[in-house]
Amino acid sequence: MKFIDEYRDAHIVHGLADRLAALVTRPWTLMEVCGGQTHAIVKFGLDELLPGGITLIHGPGCPVCVTPLELIDKANLIAARSEVIFCSFGDMLRVPGTRTDLLTVKAQGGDVRMVYSPLDALKIAQENPMREVVFFAVGFETTAPANAMAVYQAHQQGLQNFSLLVAQVLVPPALKMLLASPERRLQGLLAAGHVCTVMGYREYEPLAEHYNIPIVVTGFEPVDIMQGVYLAVKQLEEGRAVVENQYTRSVHRDGNPAARQLMQTVFTVTTQKWRGLGEIPLSGLALREPYLAYDAGQRFGVSGLEVRESTDCRSGLIMQGVIRPSECPAFGRRCTPDQPLGAPMVSSEGACAAYYRYRPIAG
Amino acid sequence: MDNKKDLNPTCPTPISSYPQILMAHGGGGTLMHRLLAQVVYPAFANPILNQQGDGAILARPPGRLAFTTDSYVVHPLFFPGGDIGTLAINGTVNDLAMCGARPLYLSTGFIIEEGLPIATLSRVAKSMAEAAQAAQVEIVTGDTKVVEKGKGDGLFINTSGIGIIEHDLVIQPGSVRAGDVILLSGDIGRHGLTIMALREGLTFESAIESDCAPLVDPVLAMIKAGIEIHCLRDLTRGGLASGMVEIATTAGLQINLEERAIPVREDVRGACEIMGFDPLYIANEGCFAAFLPERDAAKALEILKAHNCNEAACIGTVTAGDAGLVTMTTSIGSRRIIAMLSGEQLPRIC
Repeated sequence: MKFIDEYRDAHIVHGLADRLAALVTRPWTLMEVCGGQTHAIVKFGLDELLPGGITLIHGPGCPVCVTPLELIDKANLIAARSEVIFCSFGDMLRVPGTRTDLLTVKAQGGDVRMVYSPLDALKIAQENPMREVVFFAVGFETTAPANAMAVYQAHQQGLQNFSLLVAQVLVPPALKMLLASPERRLQGLLAAGHVCTVMGYREYEPLAEHYNIPIVVTGFEPVDIMQGVYLAVKQLEEGRAVVENQYTRSVHRDGNPAARQLMQTVFTVTTQKWRGLGEIPLSGLALREPYLAYDAGQRFGVSGLEVRESTDCRSGLIMQGVIRPSECPAFGRRCTPDQPLGAPMVSSEGACAAYYRYRPIAG
Repeated sequence: MDNKKDLNPTCPTPISSYPQILMAHGGGGTLMHRLLAQVVYPAFANPILNQQGDGAILARPPGRLAFTTDSYVVHPLFFPGGDIGTLAINGTVNDLAMCGARPLYLSTGFIIEEGLPIATLSRVAKSMAEAAQAAQVEIVTGDTKVVEKGKGDGLFINTSGIGIIEHDLVIQPGSVRAGDVILLSGDIGRHGLTIMALREGLTFESAIESDCAPLVDPVLAMIKAGIEIHCLRDLTRGGLASGMVEIATTAGLQINLEERAIPVREDVRGACEIMGFDPLYIANEGCFAAFLPERDAAKALEILKAHNCNEAACIGTVTAGDAGLVTMTTSIGSRRIIAMLSGEQLPRIC
């Protein structure tokens, strides 16, 4: 298949592994930021091809995993209301809140629908003028432009029965927190190619300089990831620390200006709580005027929620790269994709789910 | 009541007096008898059914019997490559074929939601009749029930089937041996993707159709040719991956698959990439895996290809290894563990 097979070419992947082996003189620890990259690494067994001493740790780039428990609980409450059609990406449906998940709300009579785009939810709102249609706007900079577009269009069309439950987060502030941590193990970063497709990579340049760390904007296929690792290790071996772009077929330094403009029109940057990581300044997006009326949290007055995290779930440490999923005592035993204790076991991009699906428990 | 209004030129079978199913169609009275006489009997007619007894009286041919049942609740009822009727016949026929049996007789139970157009029921019955004929199986007994509007989703069908085993092979997971090879009868992923795309209103450049088809001929041809089949599995819900994990677990053996050898059509691969699916986990309705000794592999492949299984391929081997473990050598040469499908396949979000 064109644009896929050439990036899964065994010959090229093994060639890169050989070049990497020839380059390495000492151990290095890299973090791949995006959950999509984590899945590719585990699915294709890429870490097995890396020379000894190069360790990949898995970053916080899974939107489902970092959406705070309060918001999941709010989603469950809103979705249970009889006048609401609650639309969400599929991954969110099984994420456990304090008491329940969206699939259970649906089984109990809630009108919960899986959609592939916020614009599908907008269409449902147009077709159901007597119902309140709420879209669960989860994600990083990748989903923000489409979510902004949905609200923008609803506003233009004067559509009153549409709103967003916003759980948008931004990558660079979270990276900054990880890099500033005294427990920091990582020496190089593979930045998320899709996030940078929207945002560009200018904002990563001060991070690379200030924290003296190589950052390679990296794609999601085996060849991309092996190249990303190679470029990061090359910088480390040469004592350099700059931003490099491996994913040139998709990413420009300035990203997608139209998408960024739309985000800025509809959203404002705000402090945001991340599940497992806590509150991070200026790491989230909230609706701004004149779009505040589209905020589902306000529209349905969901507040005063009592929040209880599972004490067994170590997802916070996993998302900071302090431990691997298989090092969590609950992994594969009390926590499985069918009975998840935490979100990283649910999402297709969660590190725990990736380990569970592609690795034996002993792994 | 306007009796002319229901004339529907697209309906392939004679029309009853009402255009839609009423509760009375399941009530045992005249409307039910009219429905049977106008829709069911003409479509499925055969000497045993035509006796119209409370049950079918069947002669017992020599050999062991295979017996299976399955219920069909697919939504939507009609999809590219088939409908609930073809599925209800082929699904049960294939379960019998996977026992190494020649399917003989089917029963069918319809659970119909009030309000279903009778033309829809006729269309489904016609599909069932055609599929039964193609699979050389007779529908010899049945049942019709009607539930109130909102208590069903149009139409549910149950079929049970009896087949005859005319050989001495014991075809079951427990017969799988270390050293066996695994043959796949065709490309995977088409049925599940067809339904998924239809349900989500997704369209692709090329039309993907369900692979729904009877699998009796290739199976019986292999048996007739003396292939020592150890186990057969049709790769329906949960797809190839779940089927392999089930067999590895039951047989207490390890299965090693070769990703490059597994046929997946380009359009199916493309759609899976877009939707975030793994073709290994997608349901098929016309595809099976066969476990047999390596010495029979070449001959078995030849027979499969001569029976419309053009994409048939050897996709893996069985080893003593770890009981229940399924591994796959990926396209780039590394190895990964294949686990059973967990929950539903959910699409990625970024």
